[in-house]
Amino acid sequence: MTDLLSAVYEIFSSESTYLNGALFAAFLAFAATGEWVAERSGTLNISVEGMLLGGAFAAAMGCHLTGSVAVGLLTAILGGVLIAGVQAEMSHRLAADQFVVGLTLNILVLGLTGFLENEIAPETTLAGRWEIPVLSDIPLLGQALFGQRWPFYILYLLLPLSWWLVYRTRWGLELRSVGENPQSADVSGIDVNKRRRQSIYYAGLTCGLGGAFLIFGHIGRFEDTIVGGRGFIAIAAVIFGGWTLRGTLAGCVIFAGALSFRLSIQGLGYDINSELLQALPFVVTIAGMAIFAHRVRAPAALARPFIRGLR
Amino acid sequence: MTAVTAGAAGGSDAQPLRTGRWTRLSEWFALYGMSIFAALVLSAILVEATGGDWRPVVSALFDGSVRRPGRWGETLATAAPLLVVALGTVISSKAGLVNIGQEGQLYVGAAIGTYFGFLIGGPGPINVVLILIIGAAGGGLWAGVAAGLRYWRGVPEVLSTLLLVTVGGQAVAYGLRWEWLLLAPEGRRGNRNQVSEQLAPDNRLPRPDLFGNEFPLTVFIAVVLAVIVAFALSRTVWGFRLRMLGRNPRAAQRSGVSETRYGAMALMLSGAFAGLAGAAMFTGGGFAFGNYQMVPGFSANIGWTGLLVALVAYEKPLAAIPVAVVFAGLRTGSSFVGSTGVEGRITDVISGLLVLALLIPAAVMFLRDRRRARAAATERV
Repeated sequence: MTDLLSAVYEIFSSESTYLNGALFAAFLAFAATGEWVAERSGTLNISVEGMLLGGAFAAAMGCHLTGSVAVGLLTAILGGVLIAGVQAEMSHRLAADQFVVGLTLNILVLGLTGFLENEIAPETTLAGRWEIPVLSDIPLLGQALFGQRWPFYILYLLLPLSWWLVYRTRWGLELRSVGENPQSADVSGIDVNKRRRQSIYYAGLTCGLGGAFLIFGHIGRFEDTIVGGRGFIAIAAVIFGGWTLRGTLAGCVIFAGALSFRLSIQGLGYDINSELLQALPFVVTIAGMAIFAHRVRAPAALARPFIRGLR
Repeated sequence: MTAVTAGAAGGSDAQPLRTGRWTRLSEWFALYGMSIFAALVLSAILVEATGGDWRPVVSALFDGSVRRPGRWGETLATAAPLLVVALGTVISSKAGLVNIGQEGQLYVGAAIGTYFGFLIGGPGPINVVLILIIGAAGGGLWAGVAAGLRYWRGVPEVLSTLLLVTVGGQAVAYGLRWEWLLLAPEGRRGNRNQVSEQLAPDNRLPRPDLFGNEFPLTVFIAVVLAVIVAFALSRTVWGFRLRMLGRNPRAAQRSGVSETRYGAMALMLSGAFAGLAGAAMFTGGGFAFGNYQMVPGFSANIGWTGLLVALVAYEKPLAAIPVAVVFAGLRTGSSFVGSTGVEGRITDVISGLLVLALLIPAAVMFLRDRRRARAAATERV
């Protein structure tokens, strides 16, 4: 037991834990930010997984064709937005069930990227590492937060931007009203389904960036298993965070901590049952929802489609 | 797609609401034909663009699913669990619940059925029935976790069922590590380290042989279940209450239908169907499903695909039968596609595109009907 405790201490005092944790958390945060915006507008967008995978593949393809990371970033955004387009147009223009569309998209993108990866096998490179002077010398956290490859730093722009868009612009106000009370929003002249489509497109953009980050800032090559269900953890982070950006980020950090802890403790040679550790983030999420779902308030119209004249 | 909607709506403005039955029917056919055709053309383009040829792929799909000897039996054997999963999904979505965790419910149900099957180890036929029943109970229990979270703690069932898929998968994998749970004893697991014992031959579901095609008894069970579910949903008080709950929870509440009771029942039933499908795969699956052994990844995406079947069949139990066969055909056909030099995963793409394509006609028709009704309403004013 003391053995284990010292191992845990070792994990918490090693820089690599924080480095890995930051990588995981950043990936989740890219996805969760977009998902948060989408959910504030009343869409429970479950195609995040597909958007991330599509974005990652598009990033790999962009880099494969041009050799440039920047171009890869752009194609990743295109890929994410393309999948978001299918989701948005089908669920909020054609009024098909959003869960059905999202689920199908996840399966379709998984099959498509797996198929194309086998046929093309894109070659990618990692982006360059940027060390922010002074800040990256902070012990423990410095390297994790300020010594990463440059796509990581996009997050530092994306988070304030998302906050500002949702809480400080007219567009954001309309977006939130659409998520709370679409009937009233409709009466006051807001195109409900248009706002919802736009929020899904925004989620596509951030997920595309997240996929690109995964390729250029973390792993370095594409496989169809690289996302591996983490899109769903991002959705859970939004719920865990009670539909606030702060809480969502906290959720990302906690779930990423669970993921990173698993890697570190196995790296030290401790065989704490890997199945249980793998299920840990999901169990934490379910428990968190069970405790907090009553206390936090979801957007009132979350997952309710809006068709004028019906309800 | 918008062009289709706009054009069609423009044409019908002349005589709103009173469109003839045949016009409607032909519209349905045209819409379905067009969208399915589009999905297939897209898949063909994809194959051609990656340097393949679409004709041999189609031929291989037919070879693998029906044409080669013994293959259509294999297809039916795959269709059966898909159908059972789909039937459960129909029940829960009729009650207005979104259960998307069938994959986990199937896996957990099958594992629990397996555990008790080996634990009890009764005489053959009785044990098979026991495994099926316990499997169903296990799947229902796993869905019951989500139902409990939904009705006592207010956790949306969409997410809890989904997250429980991973938890269930890991739980079964954990069980496969310990001999006192599922793992086979030392000498009987070969050099694999996560595998259960093999089910004894007299504990398996019989596999009748028709014209050289073998398939387990599950096929008949599944069809009978489809008829029962169709009847129960459309012709019984229970089914009526369930549908009322799905269509208008408030009206249901006022007329004395307990949301908690019927909702939880629907969710657990849908889990039970998934668990039954899993247990049936285990006791009658053959080589396609673990060869009578519980292994990691046993569920093999049957839960996900079964969910798609239910969605494509628009919550109609009997319509789910042909849909299940088509999706099973795509699955069994995919193993033959590899020989044409095109990656077999193209079938995943085809089925995904097909589902999306099949969603479009109903959505378009729904919007058009509403537009017509609105036009009629304004005319009356």
